[in-house]
Amino acid sequence: MHGFANPARFLRLARWLLPVLLVPGLVLSLGAIAWGTLYAPPDHLMGVTVKILFIHVPCVWLGMAGWTTIAVSSVVELVWRHPLAAIAARAAAVPGAVFTALGLITGSIWGRPTWGTWWVWDGRLTSFLILLFLYFGYIALADAAARDAAGGGSAGRIPAIFGLVGAINIPIINRSVVWWNSLHQPPSITMGRSAIDGTYLWPLLIGALGFSLIFGAVVLARMRMLLAQIQTEARLRRMAMD
Amino acid sequence: MHERLNQWEFVWAALAIGVIGMLVMVVWSMVAMMRAERRRDKVRRK
Repeated sequence: MHGFANPARFLRLARWLLPVLLVPGLVLSLGAIAWGTLYAPPDHLMGVTVKILFIHVPCVWLGMAGWTTIAVSSVVELVWRHPLAAIAARAAAVPGAVFTALGLITGSIWGRPTWGTWWVWDGRLTSFLILLFLYFGYIALADAAARDAAGGGSAGRIPAIFGLVGAINIPIINRSVVWWNSLHQPPSITMGRSAIDGTYLWPLLIGALGFSLIFGAVVLARMRMLLAQIQTEARLRRMAMD
Repeated sequence: MHERLNQWEFVWAALAIGVIGMLVMVVWSMVAMMRAERRRDKVRRK
């Protein structure tokens, strides 16, 4: 793991990996959405709105995966002091927030024709909205901590602690439809079992794989951006001192 | 009162927002990365 603590080595890997993740990610996700939209049959209860599944579910999964990435990176930062862990956590926050927002918007659009309402304050929707607010808080806190660290401050580990504390919301989102009454359906896919017919399941899984590859590519791109910003600022400081 | 909604309008709206939102995020991240790396390389050459 510490082999990639060297930014030059990490950047060599990231330059190679980024197109390897991005191109198949775009092909798989857009292909799966087209497949599901054009060829999956209407559901006997939800009608053609079932096709919103192919965009809504991957967005929701990646919204939660984004915070899981932040939490795991925070552990790595706090326990092993890996220099790239904080950068990985910061890089995952924006795509995580975007996917969470897209999950909320597409879910709301799906709710109107199936539930008769755009929004209900039930456990699932509310805990997922809280996740979006947690992302906003994390992004602001991590930016402030990075500025503080650049100025020689010691606030660098505060976002990692916030990332770990916020992770408590992930199992709450996951179990919310089991613990509380909700208009939202219970989990359709659990470990090793699916209540979804293969006609819907395959485009959904392939789309989720594609979205995950895109998420990985965006995290790598944002890590490269953050590293470049840090290197630029360090260089400018050295030039100012000379 | 029975409301008649065109379900396809909701499907296209959700797909358009999801796909366009995702693509905007991808392009924005790539452009921001390239700008930051170009600026770093420019500063290194000084």
